[in-house]
Amino acid sequence: MSPALAMFLGFIAITLWITWWAARRNTGSSAYFAAGRSLAAWQNGVAVAGDYMSAASFLGIAGIIAFQGYDGFMYSVGWLVAYLTVLLIVAEPLRNAGKYTMADVLAYRLSPRPVRAMGALSTLTVSTFYMIAQMVGAGALVSLLLKDTGIGYETAVVGIGVLMIVYVVFGGMLATTWVQIVKAILLMAGTLLLSVLVLAHFGFDLGAFFDAIGQVTYTDAQGNTVTQDFMTPGLRYTPPYGALDLISLGMALIFGTAGLPHILVRFYTVPDAQTARRSVVWAMFIIGSFYILTTFLGFGAATIVGRDFIAANGGTNMSAPLLAQALAGDLFFAFISAIAFATILAVVAGLTISASTSFAHDFWTNVLHHGRERREGEEVRVARVTAFFVGAISIGIAIVLGPSANVAFLVALAFAVAASANLPVIVLSLFWKRFTTAGAVCGLATGLVSSLVLIVLSPSILRADAVFPLENPGIVSIPLGFLGAVVGTLLRREPAAERKFAELSVRANTGLGAERAATH
Amino acid sequence: MAPEPRNTDLTPDTGSATDVAPLGRSAAKPAHERTADEDIDVADWERVAALAEFKALLAAKAKFIVPATIFFIVYYFALPALVGYAPRLMAVKVAGVINVAYLFALSQFVVAWIVAALYVRAAGRFDAMARRIVENFKARRR
Repeated sequence: MSPALAMFLGFIAITLWITWWAARRNTGSSAYFAAGRSLAAWQNGVAVAGDYMSAASFLGIAGIIAFQGYDGFMYSVGWLVAYLTVLLIVAEPLRNAGKYTMADVLAYRLSPRPVRAMGALSTLTVSTFYMIAQMVGAGALVSLLLKDTGIGYETAVVGIGVLMIVYVVFGGMLATTWVQIVKAILLMAGTLLLSVLVLAHFGFDLGAFFDAIGQVTYTDAQGNTVTQDFMTPGLRYTPPYGALDLISLGMALIFGTAGLPHILVRFYTVPDAQTARRSVVWAMFIIGSFYILTTFLGFGAATIVGRDFIAANGGTNMSAPLLAQALAGDLFFAFISAIAFATILAVVAGLTISASTSFAHDFWTNVLHHGRERREGEEVRVARVTAFFVGAISIGIAIVLGPSANVAFLVALAFAVAASANLPVIVLSLFWKRFTTAGAVCGLATGLVSSLVLIVLSPSILRADAVFPLENPGIVSIPLGFLGAVVGTLLRREPAAERKFAELSVRANTGLGAERAATH
Repeated sequence: MAPEPRNTDLTPDTGSATDVAPLGRSAAKPAHERTADEDIDVADWERVAALAEFKALLAAKAKFIVPATIFFIVYYFALPALVGYAPRLMAVKVAGVINVAYLFALSQFVVAWIVAALYVRAAGRFDAMARRIVENFKARRR
């Protein structure tokens, strides 16, 4: 058995044990959907980091820096700054006024059925797009990392899908949380170790490291050998639309992270708003440290392994594992590969539970059955069945698309929908007294549709015939989402919603009457 | 047969006309159906919202959060904007190959952490204000 496979199996064994442990403690809705609201700040903070840092961060950003230098590093900045929106605006009011989902806050003073139906639709759209992107990437990656063992793309996709279904169906939020915590700790340990090894390679002389970045040699598309200063901006984002595309991406990150359903549900797992706040601070510390260290991962791969070697051995996504192999041999390569695998599993499990929670709580219980469980435990049962179907559908789509499908745009789409549909209505329902049901439905619909349409018209799909020149629609779709919400609101007043604003505002700002932690 | 004395009916009459919680979430549940968390009736929210202390809390929060949000958004978007539209300035070397662009990107991490730390400090103040409102409110109800 190859060391990589052994480490994969080791990680699977640990996570299955966690699931078994969590399944025995899961009793009732708040235990299943919100881990009993009893997580400590550090636990939730580390889990937020584990939920957020996908394979796209670990392998993708290291790869972009290895191939395009500084522009890749600039790309990684937005992923941290986005958490200021979460910290300053969304996390605490959401925890104080909600129960299990994003739509809880909207339904608080607006007409619950239409806003929950739209909220569930938007949540399922964001989660599904994000998940398909992860699954296709994961299948391709795992088959590449384990290529000596003969495990192919389909097997890898099915394996990952089955594992994520098992975590969520049996272990609920508690198991998902601990899988994310283990993954985040492994990811940070691996990243730190790699960074130290990169520094050791240069004799712990930062000057020598940066000098090497100034002269990276590679073969360009025409077959010429070029030496480039990788610290210079402009290798990736080139005129005429490069800067605009980057600003548009930045908008999707800064406003989208605070609208990602799988991140928002994490704030219901802590006892109160103060703990939610402290957990964002933990997450920001871990996420920030990680993205700063991508300097060593990315530039290390560029200088030590070299662009040509990476391109010949699996492409950009293999930069970090190949760097590990070059620095410390096959065993370390296996370790870093296992971390990449853990990263994918933790993220897809988080996506699955947020999608199934929203379907069960928003759509099944509140839209179809007027907020009543017809039988004890129905909501949890529906969520479990949904998790199974969400997993099965994602496996199916990932297999149909195949390993070579370009799915990077699906992540851009997920963030764009979160930023253009979810964030405007969350913010307006919390802070604008006049905001109405029509405004929320209109805002969600405009944000969702404009993001979808602009992505279809972009170079990601239409290539050279693109009608819309940017790959990231945020710069247009986010203002449209806000505009839709405002226009919908101004059509007609909704006195019932205005009357309940005082209640929402008191709850959101003081925590009076907020959902408590389960007592054990 | 003597007429029954009044007030022998022990059914609480708070909340609604019937004893059963009405459908929907707008009306208050009868007192005996409420959990501790829900033990606040509709009118009380209005009273809390009208308190001078509560208005002071909202004002204090806005005074920190609005400028802080504007600042981090402007600071963040300055990076892609300057890299895109002032590439010469950003490529100026500061030490060795380290240029303005790299230092500016690194500073984003530090600035994000500082804003977060300042917010946590200010939020401690907001917590104290909120606690006083809740305690005063509960004391007055007893």
